Amino acid sequence: MRFSVTIFPGSNCDHDCEYVLRDVEKQQVEMIWHKETDLKKPDCVVIPGGFSYGDYLRTGAIARFSPVMKSVADFAAKGGLVIGICNGFQILCEAGLLPGALLRNKNLKFICQNVYLRVEETNTPFTNFCKPHQVLKIPIAHGEGNYFIDSDGLKKIQDNRQIMLRYCDANGKITPESNPNGSLENIAGVCNLNRNVFGLMPHPDRSGEDILGSHDGTFIWQSILSAKVGAR
Amino acid sequence: MSSSIMDVEITDKVIKEHGLKPDEYQRICDILGRKPNITELGLYSVMWSEHCGYKHSRALLKTLPTKGDKVLQGPGENAGIMDIGQGWAVAFKVESHNHPSAIEPYQGAATGVGGILRDIFTMGARPVANLNSLRFGPLTDPKVKRLFSGVVHGIADYGNCMGIPTVAGEVVFDESYSENCLVNAMSVGLLKHDQIIKGKATGIGNAVIYIGATTGRDGIHGATFASTEITDESTEKRSAVQVADPFMEKLLMEATLELIHGNLLIGIQDMGAAGLTCSTCEMASRGGAGIEIDVAKVPQREKGMTPYEILLSESQERMLLVAKPGCEQKVHDILAKWDLHAATIGVVTDTGRMVVKENGKVVADVPADSLTEAPVYHPAKSEPAILKKHKEFDENTVPVPANLSQVLETLLADPTIASKRWVYRQYDHMVRSNTLIRPGSDAAVIRVKGTQLGLAMTIDGLGSYCALDPYEGAKIVVAEAARNIACSGAEAIGMTDCLNFGSPEKPEVFYYLDRVVAGLGDACRAFGIPITGGNVSLYNENPTGAIDPTPIIGMMGLFQNVENRITQWFKNDGDDIYLLGSIGQSIGGSRYLAVTHGKKTGLCPTLNLEIELKLHQSLKVLADQKLLQSAHDCSDGGFAAALAESCFTGLTHEEKSLGAVVTLPGDGRLDGRLFGEAQSRVIVSVKPSDAAEVEERLKKSGVPFEKIGTVGGDSLVIGKEVKLAVSRLADLFFTSIEKLMA
Repeated sequence: MRFSVTIFPGSNCDHDCEYVLRDVEKQQVEMIWHKETDLKKPDCVVIPGGFSYGDYLRTGAIARFSPVMKSVADFAAKGGLVIGICNGFQILCEAGLLPGALLRNKNLKFICQNVYLRVEETNTPFTNFCKPHQVLKIPIAHGEGNYFIDSDGLKKIQDNRQIMLRYCDANGKITPESNPNGSLENIAGVCNLNRNVFGLMPHPDRSGEDILGSHDGTFIWQSILSAKVGAR
Repeated sequence: MSSSIMDVEITDKVIKEHGLKPDEYQRICDILGRKPNITELGLYSVMWSEHCGYKHSRALLKTLPTKGDKVLQGPGENAGIMDIGQGWAVAFKVESHNHPSAIEPYQGAATGVGGILRDIFTMGARPVANLNSLRFGPLTDPKVKRLFSGVVHGIADYGNCMGIPTVAGEVVFDESYSENCLVNAMSVGLLKHDQIIKGKATGIGNAVIYIGATTGRDGIHGATFASTEITDESTEKRSAVQVADPFMEKLLMEATLELIHGNLLIGIQDMGAAGLTCSTCEMASRGGAGIEIDVAKVPQREKGMTPYEILLSESQERMLLVAKPGCEQKVHDILAKWDLHAATIGVVTDTGRMVVKENGKVVADVPADSLTEAPVYHPAKSEPAILKKHKEFDENTVPVPANLSQVLETLLADPTIASKRWVYRQYDHMVRSNTLIRPGSDAAVIRVKGTQLGLAMTIDGLGSYCALDPYEGAKIVVAEAARNIACSGAEAIGMTDCLNFGSPEKPEVFYYLDRVVAGLGDACRAFGIPITGGNVSLYNENPTGAIDPTPIIGMMGLFQNVENRITQWFKNDGDDIYLLGSIGQSIGGSRYLAVTHGKKTGLCPTLNLEIELKLHQSLKVLADQKLLQSAHDCSDGGFAAALAESCFTGLTHEEKSLGAVVTLPGDGRLDGRLFGEAQSRVIVSVKPSDAAEVEERLKKSGVPFEKIGTVGGDSLVIGKEVKLAVSRLADLFFTSIEKLMA
């Protein structure tokens, strides 16, 4: 499968995404500089984590204006698969490709640790490899991952089953203690209405091998690989 | 506008304000054959400060061992570099940012990280890990909480934004640092042998190019500021503290690595302490050349800056480089891609002089070498009377507490011993997807992708020991850092040091410095570990006195096969527990004596270098044979704290906690055996099926050892003295700092 990983000034998980896809999952990977508009015919676009534009102004707020984002939006509109991780999730929300927003963590501090996630939806290109309510151990590393959406929006994403991942405990229970950053409804990842654009705060790019302490990120990558390919 | 400052008369007062002594001023006049103008005086002032010129410490530092088979670059460059095999090399260095952090903790600490990162990528290496060592006063002090919080936040924001994992560190809270916090930052980078580049200027006529952020008025005289004691007036020198822009540095790093790996450069150096001045004269000096620059061509943040200000600014995120002939345009193209400033500001000459012009008019003209060769002093030293008092301290006057379980609880909750989870949770320690052992074990371990190689790393300091016995204390710092590496299963290959002391101009302080350097050198020679670079931070004083003499050691370890790594926590019910080394019974200099009895005194533990080395070698052999389930060294809190940590620190890696039932070896006072800090001790756990082979190998090695018990249950039981639920101990250990900072 062909993946294109975008690079914004300040992206810093681009190498990790490239590595897990090319060297672990053995897929083709193109790296796309943000000033480019040609996505190089991918099956899936990956918007990696980092601090695009230093997170100055607001996370993702400047990156959404980069030339490459117009191409990403067009690609998504045609049904292409797009996954945004961490800062990538923030950018997709700012660009209006995903619902909601990511606020400062409730404790106002950056948090880096492994967390447990419950897979809420398996009928998507990004989670079809998971069992319903499977628990994944995947790390987070962010200062602004506190998911928020207004009550109408929440109802919509609930009704349309767009909530993909929730923070949970090791046994899959959704509890206040297992919510690291204050996210509404413990939400860790959502998809768009068409289910071809997915954003999540945790890092499957850092949890694709046992040597790193968890290979659970593989379930996301394997889902994408077994999904039917969207538009090129 | 600059003419006004050019006309400043060089009076005795002006000379003194520049931190120069009368004989140093005379020396400048002799070098130039005339009086310097104010700009030239500024150049000598920063380059001959202790921070840049090492004038009080250089003679001592020269005695340290710096050579070894694996050393590709020793001291004298931006960072040391060592061979790790398969064409790969590791660059690493530690540096202090104590003074700025004491005044403005967030910016001071952040720019400390930025500075050490530039030192690494300037060598052509991609930074892959950060570490830091911090010292503050007691955490119950609200002022300390503010400093601690600000420093950690500054380190976190910079490293996280750069995308470099902060994988290890240490934090000590002690009254000695109440007025002078220590912030030492270390960075580690990976590169191929053929990517090494140095900070030199050669090739007459080659373009000298400035890249990165614009130059402002921030940080003027930062180096001179860092070379004086902190007083009430220091807070007025806040403009000597620089402002951090990690996003700018991230762009600068990517652009710099693209330039170096594209083979476009002859030399490159970052502008850190003493800014443009330092990079210009050092590059010229190393290349045996001269450099001529025009400050009017330097990208500036504000109008009306004088040559003096431009030369001495310590604005962050800037580099100076010399392009290969014909590559100048390519350099500018790459900088444009990253939206960074690039300006050709001068050329390499054959004059050996640093010539500075402003719009073509010469404003400074001095021999480049004369700036980099600061005067070397051999300060007077005298043994402080307090050292004798410490040695005479009678431990028998200290009562043994009745409830030793309670003592263990207190120690595990002591902020110096307790988990630093509150700290490292704020650091991205996993980015770059190489971190195999995260914070929480004796050493952090990262892999080298595409190989079986791995790097273990740790940073350690023991100011409290050095205050009691600087020679023995320094030996122990090196030993403890190397032991931490050995406990991870790696081989210690090299180290970097940061020497944090008071004023070297005080004979009692210089005595400590002299003895510490002797101890470091002897330990390094005994272990065969070279020092590839480092930093001194002197003048860590305030009107109430100096800090404890505090050498900080960053130790680098190498795995040929990173699958042989070990963590410090117990793994399986039923495993046998061994103590390697001898139990000891003294409480001198221990954290226990300080925390429980309020006494920072006694005989410093002693270290037998030969036994210590055998211990490291045995651990390596056992690790390579995969015979160890866990290995944890005994340090603060002694035998009992090390056992407790072995029980529950698996929780840091989502593993389960386990109990243990052990005997208390040895005889003599119980508190000494439980909490004393005798050296060369490691607690290991071994599968019963491997026990016979482990014992056989240990017997051959000559390392003293004793089987002390078994892993299992929910409690930690040590003889008849200690019985505590592991869950309670874990809770005390992990939440202590969080509660204090809430």
